[in-house]
Amino acid sequence: MSDVDPHPFVDPEAPLSPEADRPTSGLPAGLAGAEQASFVAQRPLRADVWRRFCKNRLALAGLVFIVALLLVAIFAPWIAPYDYDERTPGAFREGPSSEHWFGTDIIGLDVFSRVVYGARISLKVGIVATLMAVVIGLILGAIAGFAGGKTDNLIMRFTDIFLAIPYIILAIAVATIFGQSVNSVILVLGLTGWLGICRIVRASFLSLARMEYVDAARALGFSRTRIIFRHMLPNALQPVIVYSTIAIGSVILAEAALSFLGVGPVPPTPAWGLMVSEAKSTLAVAPHMLFFPGMAIFLTVLAFVFVGDGLRDALDPKLK
Amino acid sequence: MLSYTIRRLFLVIPTVFFALSFLFLLFFALPGDPANLIAGGGNRNPDPGVIERVQERYGLDDPLIVQFKDYWARTVRWDLGESFGDRRSVNEIFGEKAVNSLRLAFWAILLEIVVGIPIGVLSAIRRYSLADKLTTIGTAALSAIPVFVLGFVLQYIFAVYPNKQGWPDWTKLRTQGLGPDTWAFFVIPTGEQWRYLILPAVTLACVSTALAARMTRGSMLEVIRADYMRTARAKGLGERQVIYGHGLRNAMLPVITLIGLDFGTVIGAAVLTETVYSWPGLGSEIANSIQSRDLPVLLGLTLAVTVAFCLVNLLVDLSYAWFDPRIRLGEDVAA
Repeated sequence: MSDVDPHPFVDPEAPLSPEADRPTSGLPAGLAGAEQASFVAQRPLRADVWRRFCKNRLALAGLVFIVALLLVAIFAPWIAPYDYDERTPGAFREGPSSEHWFGTDIIGLDVFSRVVYGARISLKVGIVATLMAVVIGLILGAIAGFAGGKTDNLIMRFTDIFLAIPYIILAIAVATIFGQSVNSVILVLGLTGWLGICRIVRASFLSLARMEYVDAARALGFSRTRIIFRHMLPNALQPVIVYSTIAIGSVILAEAALSFLGVGPVPPTPAWGLMVSEAKSTLAVAPHMLFFPGMAIFLTVLAFVFVGDGLRDALDPKLK
Repeated sequence: MLSYTIRRLFLVIPTVFFALSFLFLLFFALPGDPANLIAGGGNRNPDPGVIERVQERYGLDDPLIVQFKDYWARTVRWDLGESFGDRRSVNEIFGEKAVNSLRLAFWAILLEIVVGIPIGVLSAIRRYSLADKLTTIGTAALSAIPVFVLGFVLQYIFAVYPNKQGWPDWTKLRTQGLGPDTWAFFVIPTGEQWRYLILPAVTLACVSTALAARMTRGSMLEVIRADYMRTARAKGLGERQVIYGHGLRNAMLPVITLIGLDFGTVIGAAVLTETVYSWPGLGSEIANSIQSRDLPVLLGLTLAVTVAFCLVNLLVDLSYAWFDPRIRLGEDVAA
């Protein structure tokens, strides 16, 4: 409770820090502690969150980009002028033109069409793998935080073991075994990505378990499952939502890295990471082969980061 | 402090044991049969006779428990096995590549500290200024670029493009390989060497610099509100001394921890950076061993990297406790 002001006689208006003239709550400094104490159990109104989110222009731009990308992914066959594995005879490594907006690659595939179809893969991997990770992390974290004691210790030691292996190494190791396809990449990233969420959920459950309403629910004789999922989980979701939004971005980055290293999907799958790795040998003559898929990864990941940051600030303005 | 150190050590040993066992089982017990991989790999359906011979030669037909015991008997003696490819000892490969990786990492970490931390501090004390906003966006952007894309873009700008334009040689940087391998004081490149080092070092540094700047900013913002900052000002210290003497010192603690935890991210970035620049370090060796399905090399180097990762985290934990005595008193804080 560092927010509790132990020196109420010090003029709170004094320019002590950039925060001094921007109180984080409408309450006088001395009451900030009281407000914080009640904050744990308090969920902001959805409309408030949305209003605050919209004020953040970067986050809004990110959201617009993601929605647009989702549409591109859904309607890919109508948007892309060519199929992702349709060769144009004689047009190898050609720069952007009116026929091929993003140029063509080594074997005459249309880069624009491949980037469009690639959105399907990246979004599918990002969203499905993150969902998988969230479900595993939520369940394990909730059990650990609620049960405490030996169960908690066991689950946490278990996550420590996986955290001891550097993430990309773990993903590479699992990917080497699972074989090379989009679905196995999803499995790899889902099975290796839940550690952070598990820790976050456990931490919130540890503090939520001490709340009075949980005692009340227990006294009313509700089952443990009901208490965990109906009463506690909704209150632990906020940080998970923020974390998993940003995680979608990191999963897309990881997918690109795996594709690049040759443990992801195989050609002619239009995965962006794979397209970048195909561009490496022809950097001098066909930089467009690197630029467009690289840009696609960059913008997509950035959009998820901005939306995640915006969500965090909107959900909990005090953290900003 | 001593009892805390011992307790942490006892937590690390079983973690490392299980992590390494997990990696072993992953490679040698699951469906992707290693003999099958050596003999030709996944989709290529190698001849069953070849698979049998391979199994015999590498003891892969022993019961799993025997293989597992052998593996641990070797690992405890720090014998990492030998390559399927050219039968070289993995220890030797490790020794040779680790030196190159360390040199690269040294410069990347130096850049991270020299550039990232000051940017974070400035951004925090000038909060809401244009510089702060640019830093926030810039660091987010840097962490969203795939390392290998960044590497290729830098290659294009500093080597491929000048080459295309026929610019004089001194304008170009080198993008492939280690170079002449001449160093002074182990880490300082001499002669031509710096032209080989500069691009991979910058590429590797970019991600962690962005991370460090962001963490320093967040941590500094937190510290700025603390009571002791107010006290320091109240007793008449100059702004500079308050920020750097009192603020930065305290803000660094969480940054150190997070940098330690993000060592894993740096390892991942190193695998990609070294591959892009063909820098003969641990990372590119790991990537190569994936391509050639050289399991002993992959497992051995992974093992070495995992142990290093655990040691770094242990050191970070200990240094944190050493800096901040409150942590030693807490029961479960470090877990």
